[in-house]
Amino acid sequence: MKNQKDENSLGDLSWVRLHLTKEEERILRGKRGKMLQKVMKTVVHYAQACGAKKLVPIDGAAHLVISQAFPGLGPRMEMVEELVRTGLRTKWPFTVDPRPLDFENMALSSRQKRIFQKWYRNQDDFEKLLKKLGLRNNSAFTCTCYLPEVGNIPRKGEVLAWSESSAVIFANSVLGARTNRNGAIMDLLCNLSGRAPYFGLLTDDGRRAGWLVEVRTSTLPDPQLLGGAIGKRVQEDVPFIAGLDKFLGRGLKRKTRDFLKDMGACCAALGACGLFHAENITPEAVERKRDLLKKDFRRYVIDDEELRKTRKAYPVLWMDKRAKPKRCLIGCPHLSLEQLNWWVTKIHGALRDGGKSRPDIEVVLFAAPEVLKEFRKNQRVFDKSIASGIKLSPSCIESFMNNPLVAEEPIITNSNKLRAYTTARFFLDQEILDIIADRRSNKAGRA
Amino acid sequence: MSKVFRGRVIVAKKANGTALVTRQGFNTLASFYRSILKNATRAVCSDQDNPFLYKKPLTDKVICLPRTIGSTSAGAVWEVVAERKIAPKALLFSGAIDSLAAGGVVLADLWIGRPIIAIDQLGDEFLKSVRDGQEIEIQEDGTVIVH
Repeated sequence: MKNQKDENSLGDLSWVRLHLTKEEERILRGKRGKMLQKVMKTVVHYAQACGAKKLVPIDGAAHLVISQAFPGLGPRMEMVEELVRTGLRTKWPFTVDPRPLDFENMALSSRQKRIFQKWYRNQDDFEKLLKKLGLRNNSAFTCTCYLPEVGNIPRKGEVLAWSESSAVIFANSVLGARTNRNGAIMDLLCNLSGRAPYFGLLTDDGRRAGWLVEVRTSTLPDPQLLGGAIGKRVQEDVPFIAGLDKFLGRGLKRKTRDFLKDMGACCAALGACGLFHAENITPEAVERKRDLLKKDFRRYVIDDEELRKTRKAYPVLWMDKRAKPKRCLIGCPHLSLEQLNWWVTKIHGALRDGGKSRPDIEVVLFAAPEVLKEFRKNQRVFDKSIASGIKLSPSCIESFMNNPLVAEEPIITNSNKLRAYTTARFFLDQEILDIIADRRSNKAGRA
Repeated sequence: MSKVFRGRVIVAKKANGTALVTRQGFNTLASFYRSILKNATRAVCSDQDNPFLYKKPLTDKVICLPRTIGSTSAGAVWEVVAERKIAPKALLFSGAIDSLAAGGVVLADLWIGRPIIAIDQLGDEFLKSVRDGQEIEIQEDGTVIVH
């Protein structure tokens, strides 16, 4: 990006190395307005940095990571206002990550509340601006936009410019759509321009696997631990995962979908992985089988011992490592309807078996607004959640834990992604149930 | 003895600085988010999973890395650390720059006007030989001299 000032003069496209269409050239010359010119210029620079040779049209609705009016976690207000003022809008209504705040369902001290109120004082205005840019509706806030209740479900082969690492890897791997891992703000700019740089996971070659990951565990591994191990090893590469069909069966069932959702989120959060193939399960692996492997692929064997070592390496960041947990937060990424039903039923059962009606700690399950709406229709399970004192929230756990006064608390989770970004302590599902039901001798402290 | 490496220029500027090396992926959000939330005037790495960088200062350093990893919030992170003047001076990648870092440095340059130097494809040998604390000289054509 040399000579930025020269580039600003209309008509000078000498810095452009991409092959542009006539329309793209017109935009870049400013014929469609100054702001779209700036947006396109940013996308072209991004494309060139990533080694793209051209831009391609985006085929469908976006999912964007930018749901929060907090600098660093979302775009600056001034920038969004500038974009709105010029009337730019995405071609299709988009979904975004969860809202950061939930005063209604989360137990917060007044000091904790004040911090959130100060941080997110612009949230309402920000959401109004997002609507002007193309946000679908008030319920479009979730990291699991691809669930049927939410319905932002791209088709196989569709070209997209998504962000939110867990959504990107799901769209690519489980749905067979094509999107790179676009960063916050660049996701929006690509969708406003209607174009995505053609490189990486948009290309056939970029979707081939550099790693063969062989799962040789004695039982179905925990998806969060497995994903963490894979992401850490393969980093930005594409893994071809063999051995999961032994436990999950062939093809995509709902349970398999949820397993892959959680595994993928951890591959992406602990690495830079935007796509995996699961043998006999995910669409491209079913079609092309091991032809998807590159000639010089590397091999990674995951057995029980490897997962034990992976988990052992996770630091515990609680101030008092033997503290009794105060909260249990589940749903990063957001839970599916089936997962929500599973957790409520299991927690209710564990409490009953332990002779308790309610847990001693705050238990919150997080899911998309539309998923929670559906969940509430199932009166029998919903009543169990009320009876067990379980709270439901459509917000973002990660944002909740960003509050330094919340981060000081001993919080447990089954999310390896949440563990990686916050002070929350990771436990397996069964361990979580034992802690909630008070069935462990010294709670989390002896894990 | 100085070693010379040549890479591809993403964002160019002549500069000198002190090396800070990570031999594993640099998790942008995990590294910066506590400094951002605290509104810190100097960024300190908060990525608990990175033993090379955890608790080390990042501002004005020349970060030598294989790639960035983690959350796609990274684009906004690079923009805000540039705006708050707590960004590293430069990012020197041994391999090809990843999409999140690429987007971030482009945004910092074009929308904030505070470029974070980025040079990629410096080669595996670069990352093998460079050490924390070494003085690094960066030239506008992508030449990197490790003293």
